[in-house]
Amino acid sequence: MKLIKAIIKPFKLEEVKEALSEIGVEGMTVSEVKGFGRQKGHTEIYRGSEYTVDFLPKVKVEIVVSDELVSKTVDAVSGAAKTGKIGDGKVFVIPVEDAIRIRTGENGEEAL
Amino acid sequence: MKTPLKYPPFKIILALLCGMMSFVPISSAEDEAAYDPAANLEQLKSSLDGASAEDKVAIESQISTLEYAISNEIPLSSGFTDDGAGSASILEGYLGISGGVGTEYEYGADFFTVSMLWTVIAAALVFLMHLGFATLESGLCQQKNVVNVLFKNVFIISIGVVTYALIGFNTHYPLGDWSGGIEGWLKLGSPLNTLDDTGAETFGGADLSYGPGVGLCMTGLGDFIFQAMFAATGATIVSGAVAERVKLTSFMIFAVVFVGLAYPIAGSWHWGGGVLAGMDFKDFAGSTVVHAFGGFGALACVLVLGPRKGKYQSDGTIKPIPPHSFPLAAIGVFLLMFGWYGFNGGSVLSADPGPLGLVFTTTTLAAATGALGAIATSWIMMKKPDLSMGLNGILAGLVGITANADVVSVGDSLLIGLIAGGIVVVSIIAFDKAKIDDPVGAISVHGVCGIWGTIAVSIFGDGFSMATQIKGALLVSAFAFVFAYAVFYVLKVTIGVRVSEEEEDRGLDICEHGQEAYGE
Repeated sequence: MKLIKAIIKPFKLEEVKEALSEIGVEGMTVSEVKGFGRQKGHTEIYRGSEYTVDFLPKVKVEIVVSDELVSKTVDAVSGAAKTGKIGDGKVFVIPVEDAIRIRTGENGEEAL
Repeated sequence: MKTPLKYPPFKIILALLCGMMSFVPISSAEDEAAYDPAANLEQLKSSLDGASAEDKVAIESQISTLEYAISNEIPLSSGFTDDGAGSASILEGYLGISGGVGTEYEYGADFFTVSMLWTVIAAALVFLMHLGFATLESGLCQQKNVVNVLFKNVFIISIGVVTYALIGFNTHYPLGDWSGGIEGWLKLGSPLNTLDDTGAETFGGADLSYGPGVGLCMTGLGDFIFQAMFAATGATIVSGAVAERVKLTSFMIFAVVFVGLAYPIAGSWHWGGGVLAGMDFKDFAGSTVVHAFGGFGALACVLVLGPRKGKYQSDGTIKPIPPHSFPLAAIGVFLLMFGWYGFNGGSVLSADPGPLGLVFTTTTLAAATGALGAIATSWIMMKKPDLSMGLNGILAGLVGITANADVVSVGDSLLIGLIAGGIVVVSIIAFDKAKIDDPVGAISVHGVCGIWGTIAVSIFGDGFSMATQIKGALLVSAFAFVFAYAVFYVLKVTIGVRVSEEEEDRGLDICEHGQEAYGE
């Protein structure tokens, strides 16, 4: 099992969710985060004084899938989240030791 | 002109004048003979013969209206001609309008009741300004200090009206008795206690028949409650300027003496018939005695208190501390403007239609050009349109018109607001450059524009001396500044006026109140 962690632009969330649905991935966890990579922040101005905002709003999508689905999932997320402009984000693949369904107690891939 | 007309000779002269006025019909230029309702009635009745069916319906309605007016002794200056032309409906709102554009109205029955009604509604509108202050200040501060800002606002309105009831109202209006101590000025118990529990008594003016300028067109309690709502606005102006780093208990002590003592003392010099009134100083609704008073008190406190941590960097740059909620701030400004209709409109002190319409118009137009002036100025200076400047511009225009709303024309009010809008932007930037930290711009909006509004009286109004206006504005502003500085400085060296740096970092909500503004 692998944890797919994707940092994407916030307005892409709906598209990513639909792309995942199409390949049969139904569950995910989404959080609102801030961050930057090589994309610089922007400048804001208040009462005549400027200041830079380095941390930009992003969305983090986390999905745990079985090993066979990993590359399909990564492709689906990347394809849906891509705009071609700087700041599109990144996808990380992290190994998962175990997964447990709380309601039934199942574990392993059956819990996914 | 808020002095109760207590002095007997003045009252007699006024009563005589009004008695004489009732014999002078107010009429348009075309009328030569005085209007005779009975003759008009006969004329209408005889025109019924030979009139068509639909004309008859109209004439009969005119006849019954005229009969009603005659039997109820409502004064009329003109009536219906036999062809129905040339007059507006006589009894519309109990006022007579005798012709087309340019003719004057006359006062109908029950002027006192309507005036009192308007006064209490205006008092409620001025109260609403506290809601405006609460939302504006909390919108412009950081989320971690919202509870503290709101708490200060709750305290100020409460202590404001209570101290005004106990000591403020009397100090504000000593009614000619300037001797100090228990019986004179600064007297506890105030004229309030002399009014009986029915609420029916008035201050001065025995003749309560319709007509403005005859006594005070409201009951004693109506007068009190309207003025009481004004009192707390002085301290609330200060609360915005000291927000986010002031120590709560110190501020509460300061507010009690500032509203309880300083405000009515300063106000007594003008509206209470004191030295400024003697100089013919003009301040219609309080650009000086409320706004400049609050603004320069705020300046004094900010100088003693110091800026928020991190605002002014050692290399000279200014690190802005942006507001946590622009929607709240905008709502606050619109509420303040709404309440200002009571602030200025109620200061007419009656339902006198002429001044009321004028004041509502000038107030609105000044607010509008205030916004436009501030928007234009800030857009040019800072290259981008700044919402907070536009909001401050509305308030600047309102403060600017507050001294002169009843003596300037429509065109004047457009200019007064526009100039106030420009002034406030420049002032806000200047104070920031001088490292005087004012989170809401209170010093610029109320202090600087309050002085502008006071001086504008002499520029745009007729017959006012600029020297007097300047003197009055400076007197009250200096008094407020010195008083506030002294009190706040004493507080600083005794119990301190500022929270610790750690408390400022963590936020006053958690540290002073143990509460969060936006819970889970």
